Amino acid sequence: MDIISTKGTEIPQLAEIKSSYGITQTVGDLWHYRELLYFLVWKDIKVKYKQTALGITWVILQPLAGMVLFTLLFGRVAKLPSDGLPYPIFYYASLLAWTYFSTALISASNSILSNTSLITKVYFPRILLPAAAVTSSILDLAIASIILFGLLIFYQVPLTSKLVFLPLILVLLVIFTLGIGQFFAALNVNYRDIKHALPFIIQLWLFASPVVYPMSMVPEQYKWMVSLNPIAGIIEATRALISGYSIPWDILGIACAVTVITFILGIWYFQRTARRFADVI
Amino acid sequence: MSYPVLQVSELSKRYRLGEYSADTQLREVIMRAITKFAKREQEEEQIVWALREVSFEVQQGEVLGIIGRNGAGKSTLLKLLSRITYPTSGTLKVSGRVASLLEVGTGFHEELTGRENIYLNGSILGMRKQEIKQHLDEIVEFSGINQFIDTPIKRYSSGMRLRLGFAVAAHLSPDILLVDEVLAVGDADFQKKCLNAMDDLRTSGRTVLFISHNMAAIESLCSRCIWIEAGRIRADGEARDIVSEYMKTFAQASTGSVNLEAIESRSGNGEGIFTHIEFLNESGETTNVIRSGDRLTIRLHYRAYKLLRDLVIGINILTEYGTLLAANNNWATGDSIPLVEPGEGFADLEIDCLYLLPGRYYLSLWLGKWNNLHDVLKNCIHFDVETSDCYGSGRGIDSSFGVIFFPSRWKSCAPQDHALLTKIDLGA
Repeated sequence: MDIISTKGTEIPQLAEIKSSYGITQTVGDLWHYRELLYFLVWKDIKVKYKQTALGITWVILQPLAGMVLFTLLFGRVAKLPSDGLPYPIFYYASLLAWTYFSTALISASNSILSNTSLITKVYFPRILLPAAAVTSSILDLAIASIILFGLLIFYQVPLTSKLVFLPLILVLLVIFTLGIGQFFAALNVNYRDIKHALPFIIQLWLFASPVVYPMSMVPEQYKWMVSLNPIAGIIEATRALISGYSIPWDILGIACAVTVITFILGIWYFQRTARRFADVI
Repeated sequence: MSYPVLQVSELSKRYRLGEYSADTQLREVIMRAITKFAKREQEEEQIVWALREVSFEVQQGEVLGIIGRNGAGKSTLLKLLSRITYPTSGTLKVSGRVASLLEVGTGFHEELTGRENIYLNGSILGMRKQEIKQHLDEIVEFSGINQFIDTPIKRYSSGMRLRLGFAVAAHLSPDILLVDEVLAVGDADFQKKCLNAMDDLRTSGRTVLFISHNMAAIESLCSRCIWIEAGRIRADGEARDIVSEYMKTFAQASTGSVNLEAIESRSGNGEGIFTHIEFLNESGETTNVIRSGDRLTIRLHYRAYKLLRDLVIGINILTEYGTLLAANNNWATGDSIPLVEPGEGFADLEIDCLYLLPGRYYLSLWLGKWNNLHDVLKNCIHFDVETSDCYGSGRGIDSSFGVIFFPSRWKSCAPQDHALLTKIDLGA
């Protein structure tokens, strides 16, 4: 606790409250509030699993249903290539990442507006709200991942040691989602029509990402464009780790770079706007 | 030894109306930018100063009351101090841990149990997990809802929620506590509990800043008081002096017919407004003298600018110290006003017998529905009640008998010696 001692003759120093602080102070502030992040995530998870009767089932059902649909539609009917992976695994792997990205992005985007009462009544680093949204969605992803391992065993895909790198891909995914999520969260406060635009953006994004098709299907001259979307690198790397093929370092490298840039821009825009949240909301 | 723990200098907060609002649309902003570019016109912007060059200092251990009318800037000041919003100019310095209590039970979630909400709310208010754990039993005990502590709070009554929220707040241990009108809610019992808790804080040497419309509470709790008006400090000093000065400024005119249109400190959407108020005596004439036990009619004239459905008109009667005595409205009495066409009209509150003892009383008026208020005038007018023979005993009952009376009589059943009585009767 940072209660300054008032014993003796020592007079506590007055510290100025500023609207923006340097990086060290901001990080210190976040560290001070780390327990609140924990409680916000804890609340999100508790409420989610208490509210829906289906609970965990729903979390698994969403990518599973998508996988079945895609397998039938794009695999069996359209006969799209799947880089040698069985269709269910090919689609389930991409849908895991995609489902996390789209649900976490939507909940992060709404995180400020849906917590108006907190924003107007109490101080805490505002970034905790989108951060909690993307963090609590990880549990859904973890649960749904169990099915992936079931599928790998069922289709007798050899479990390689490369699978231990999956968590690193997850870190990349979470950071990218947080970067985009906080950007939309702040935008959502300033412009109320963003929430109508977002589902449309996400839908376009789905088709711009190699979720239903492999990267190898993209014509060579457009590959760099598709790679600018970190979701492409994330999905391709996930598939490569599962199938044991060589990791597409070029795409993954671009994904990492774009993620870092997105995260910095996202945090910059968010922090710049966060000061005004209570006035605008 | 006293030293400052809070220093505010030249603090100002400006709001630009129309810059951003809760319904700004991106497409509108783009369209506006295009038209602005095409016409090369400067858009007019409305500027509102919520606070202007406010400076003061608070010493360690001081309990400072902040008073002022609605919209004077009190809440803005507290929001600036608690870092919810940031000043346009000026500086703000504090030392130690600041906790703000702008609402009871901030962040409560319906689906979570009482116990879970204690953790969530405590953490939002800045308590450490360890601290909450340590105080959990005390908090549960204090709330008095032990047996429901593992029930989701969606099943709680509003009173239970309030108690739970306050129990958490009472266990905060900041160096500086900022409290906004928390005492305005809840029943008398709860308010008493709140005041006691505030008093504990004061005696434990903490610094408290406290906004309230309850002048009695300000006077009893605060050593010092700041009066804010139109974003500036109007007076700063001994709580008792400031409160009495403040109370004097409410609408000077008392009885008869009073124009309400000119009152500036009003809120609501303005679809209908109060125009004037009349006090009528038994024979329906405007009266200047109101006495205890009178048959009195309060006539409220209003003007509707729109078609208003199910209009509710309310009158709150308050004491000189801001304590609510009675809140009356035509919804409560069941006298509905289903339809009001645009235009002028009035409504009468007929009081069969005014159970108020001599003294000065304030009225607050409101028009509309709870979620859609057209016009709200707080403490807009005062009236004096004169002494009368309200019990019909020939004795003038004055303010030393309290604030209210009720038609009543005494019946005696004293021990008596019947034999003696008979003797007296016979002797007489």
